[in-house]
Amino acid sequence: MGDADNPARSVCIWVAEGTWPATVDAALRLAPAGARFTLLHVTEPGPADAVRGAHLGLLGRGGRDPGPQMTELGTTSAAALLAAAAGRLGRRCGQRAVQGQAERAVVAASADADLLIVARDGDRARLGPRSLGRVTRFVVDHAACPVLLVWPEPAPAVGTMPAPPPHHPHPPEH
Amino acid sequence: MLAWAVTRPRGWPEAVAAVPAAVIVIAVGAIGGRGALTESRQLGPVIGFLAAILVLAKLCDDDGVFRACGRWMARAGAGSPGRLLAAVFGVAALTTAVLSLDATVVLLTPVVFATASRLQMRARPHVYACTHLANSASLLLPVSNLTNLLAFAASGLSFGRFAELMAVPWLAIIALEYAVSRRFFACDLHAGPPRPVADDPGERNGLPTFTLVVVALTLAGFAAASAVGVNPAWAAAAGAAVLAGRALTRRQVTPVSLVKAADVPFLLFVLGLGIVVAAVTANGLRHALAPLVPGGTSLLALLAVAALAAALANVCNNLPAVLVLLPLATPAGPGAVLAVLLGVNIGPNLTYTGSLATLLWRRILARRGSAPDLGEFTRLGLLTVPAGLVLTVLALWAGLRLVGG
Repeated sequence: MGDADNPARSVCIWVAEGTWPATVDAALRLAPAGARFTLLHVTEPGPADAVRGAHLGLLGRGGRDPGPQMTELGTTSAAALLAAAAGRLGRRCGQRAVQGQAERAVVAASADADLLIVARDGDRARLGPRSLGRVTRFVVDHAACPVLLVWPEPAPAVGTMPAPPPHHPHPPEH
Repeated sequence: MLAWAVTRPRGWPEAVAAVPAAVIVIAVGAIGGRGALTESRQLGPVIGFLAAILVLAKLCDDDGVFRACGRWMARAGAGSPGRLLAAVFGVAALTTAVLSLDATVVLLTPVVFATASRLQMRARPHVYACTHLANSASLLLPVSNLTNLLAFAASGLSFGRFAELMAVPWLAIIALEYAVSRRFFACDLHAGPPRPVADDPGERNGLPTFTLVVVALTLAGFAAASAVGVNPAWAAAAGAAVLAGRALTRRQVTPVSLVKAADVPFLLFVLGLGIVVAAVTANGLRHALAPLVPGGTSLLALLAVAALAAALANVCNNLPAVLVLLPLATPAGPGAVLAVLLGVNIGPNLTYTGSLATLLWRRILARRGSAPDLGEFTRLGLLTVPAGLVLTVLALWAGLRLVGG
């Protein structure tokens, strides 16, 4: 953790497919001057495991197992995405590619950060109590540092806020 | 034998266990020499057919058919994960139907993963679509799945009749899988605004037209051969021979690699498995299962057969399941045989390898410190398999009523 003696704040930027440009842009606009940036990418093992399982289900086929190829492709793709994000950031930064459940890996990484920048996932068309995606929700709940939650596209205007419900319950009488 | 097939000690092929097991059941008299011969004679053409399809798929891959699919999917899906998913569904369903589920799992899925990554999209919905469609979209043609080839030989249906009866269930399950995927992966499919992605300049190769035409002709050959009473395996062999001849003269493949593609140990494994299952079935399993297999082709009977087949495929694996159930379902007619196929082809989307094998697999991987992450896969299976079975059985039943078995 940075403190008053060490002003170089540590900012962790979660780089996820589809939403990463917004997190990088938010870092450039809002992170404190002199911040140390770390780009974090998480590869979940589920899809590669599913392919391994599907190949295993082809009982008896001696042919090549696509599992290792999937893992390798995952590593290359993570590196490419981190490189693209580093290019957009245009500052010196650390890069971390980890394997695991996205929400848990991001929360674990927040332990060493002063600020975590995350793009919101989930339903952005119908906003409500459940519109934040499961993974984002978990990170917001459990992160060990302040979280900067940004929209992947420009945030909606205040005018799009729904009208208050027409009937207010009566306040309890004393 | 199943345990061997999953663990594959020292990387030895499954046939190393299956062939001696077959020899043992014959030696101890669990199945007579004549019974084993009959089983082999039935399995022979199926195995030849299978070999031809395996070679055909390998030659398609060598000639760049799947790379071309990747380029097409990238163009169709550029900027929109939803459109990419639709393109993946189209390609995976057709690949599975024509070149069998092996081609989808081994050859197409890595291409789909690479395509999604290149478009900077989350690969999860697209990869799961491939693994699911490899099973559920393998209903359409006898060549789509080894289970179909086995049932096709037993059902007495023509190639065209088989496809005609299975077309509507095939479309129904694809539509269901698509609808469920769109909802299940809504978060991944709507992650971020659409982003234009530059074309990869190194990827401007043409379409492998010759190979695609040969595959289309082979497909037509299946139907034509079957209609005039010739085993469609010959059409598969002819298609594979044309592509192999071309690739050999162009020195793109060697005879050794072609033999390797035919996967002889696997063919021996199927033969061995067939004989072992015939022996087990003759010695009690048939009597144990017979009361569970209803006769007739009423809607309820078909549902029961499909459910039983799906359950068996999930307990052991769909290959032994179909071998066990075929002799029991055949007397009730082609409708019951096709219901078995609905069960054994869609069922594995709950536990790919059958639960026993999955348990073994989990334990092996857990010992190596990386238990597979199957939670999401199982949740997706629970959403598609039971509903898919009901939907496809309904479609099959309606088809049987309309056009007759």
